[in-house]
Amino acid sequence: MSAAPRLGRRSQGSDSGARRADGRPVGRRRAVRRPWRLGAAAVAVYVFLYAPILWLALVSFNDSRTLSTLTGFSLRWYVELANDERVMSALLLSLRLAAVSAVIATLIGTLAAFGLRRAFRGRGLWTTVLALPLVVPEVVLGVSLLAFCVQLLGIPLGFGALLLAHVTFSLSYVVVVVRARLAGLDPRIEEAAADLGAGPLTRWRTVTLPLIAPAVGAGAAFAFVLSFDDVVTSGYLTGVGSTTLPVFVYGQARRGVSPEVVALSTAMVAASAAVLLLGVLVTVLRARRAGRSAARDVLSTAS
Amino acid sequence: MTGPRSRRGIARGLATAGQLGPAALWLVLFLLVPLALVVQFSFATRDTGAARAVLPWTTLPYRTALDPAFLPIFWRTLVYATVTTAACLVLAFPLAWFIARHGGRFRTVLLALVLIPFWASYLARVYAWKALLDGDGPINRLLDLVGLGRAGGYLLTDTAVVLGLTYGFLPFMVLPLYVACVRFDHQLVEASYDLGHGRLGTFFRVVLPGVLPGILAGALLVLVPAAGDFVTPSLLGGVDQSTFGSVVDDQFGGGNNWPLGSAMAVLLLILVVVALLARGRRGEDVL
Repeated sequence: MSAAPRLGRRSQGSDSGARRADGRPVGRRRAVRRPWRLGAAAVAVYVFLYAPILWLALVSFNDSRTLSTLTGFSLRWYVELANDERVMSALLLSLRLAAVSAVIATLIGTLAAFGLRRAFRGRGLWTTVLALPLVVPEVVLGVSLLAFCVQLLGIPLGFGALLLAHVTFSLSYVVVVVRARLAGLDPRIEEAAADLGAGPLTRWRTVTLPLIAPAVGAGAAFAFVLSFDDVVTSGYLTGVGSTTLPVFVYGQARRGVSPEVVALSTAMVAASAAVLLLGVLVTVLRARRAGRSAARDVLSTAS
Repeated sequence: MTGPRSRRGIARGLATAGQLGPAALWLVLFLLVPLALVVQFSFATRDTGAARAVLPWTTLPYRTALDPAFLPIFWRTLVYATVTTAACLVLAFPLAWFIARHGGRFRTVLLALVLIPFWASYLARVYAWKALLDGDGPINRLLDLVGLGRAGGYLLTDTAVVLGLTYGFLPFMVLPLYVACVRFDHQLVEASYDLGHGRLGTFFRVVLPGVLPGILAGALLVLVPAAGDFVTPSLLGGVDQSTFGSVVDDQFGGGNNWPLGSAMAVLLLILVVVALLARGRRGEDVL
């Protein structure tokens, strides 16, 4: 096959350099050119994503009670936050709820992701059912569970009802994340393990699980945050004395926005950014160590 | 056919059932049954005493919900949801494409950077926009300089609601689009250029169809929650910006008309089903 005539704009000026017989340039140069316009658009979207958060951070150190004008530096909102008992008890409840529901959702969600791996009759149906909570509007989920708990089961609202709801909506996220990772997994790795004599359980524990661990971790993190942040669904299911933090905040905010809430959010974003930074750092360090030991291996075989 | 193979087949089937079982059971019990209950309520009679719903059956809730009085709310909800979805698509595409194609080894970090703002509480994010859009907030003052300022700022307008919704649901568009962009075979773009398509031709005939599953999945994930949301409209919009979600909330919260709320919820569910069907097979493997 001869090289097709190149009519595209792109291939014209970049004809210098070595080329293979088929006309493609040698090496990966062409693939990694950096288009500045696309980069600028991406940066613009990041600015859009971060501007409100940065404004929140600014305002949280602001002296004034309004959120729209800056008057002076102060830590008073953080101090008030730490001293507010209702906020702290709501925070504790939210953390407990998020932890328990994340554990349950991650366990059964990861299992389900495995279940969807093989082809079987009715797989399409179950795929849809498992994705359903992603698209059912939160209000609808909330009121349906309210009706379910109150009128059908007659169980009191509170932690249990909240747990039902939170596992239900975070389950799907775990399934999606873990499935994506499983789909990207090379089946030959597991086959190789089987050929080397590993039983199903050993294979799962020593090969598959370590490979999908990042996805399981991400799914768990997702579930935790979703639960911790939910206000709409939870609003219908909180009982007396079991108010989650977002529901408490929403109730307060109807009377006016409190800078304490802003301080709290700033602290949360800072904490998550720190966790992410730590993760990046660990990854980089591990990669470097792995690179060094690989280099050592090469050297030792060469000598 | 016989012996070990079919026995292994049975074992595999059992394993699959065991793996899928807990999640399936959970969702049937705590998602499908409650939703069925709402469908039943939507045909029930209002019990004014206890704010509950009782039989006998009636179609009154639907007749009320589809009353011309609710029509503006219906349209507003639809417009908010579609404009938000379009805005999310326009913003998410360059970002997802950039991360997938040019992120290199920073891909994960760049993707995580998209998610970090969403660790701030949902409410805080809405308040941030409230503060930014306020009459004497930074955006309005900035716009004042170029003559686009508005007395009282942009709060309580449709623009504010769509902006808030777009900000709130953007990651749900970025993530599936990113997956589609990563899977997209970039050599197709080269091939398209080689075969004579220009930039636009390549974009519309090669790239867009290639990442369509991601777009469909993302649109589904943004459209439906945006249609059901009531927190953003109630905080960034005014009384004139109520949506389907607000009506459901009102009827179950203070309005005390569960059947009417249920009928509205069922209408939202019908939107879900339509969107799910529209997504079709292709979007399925991204979601």
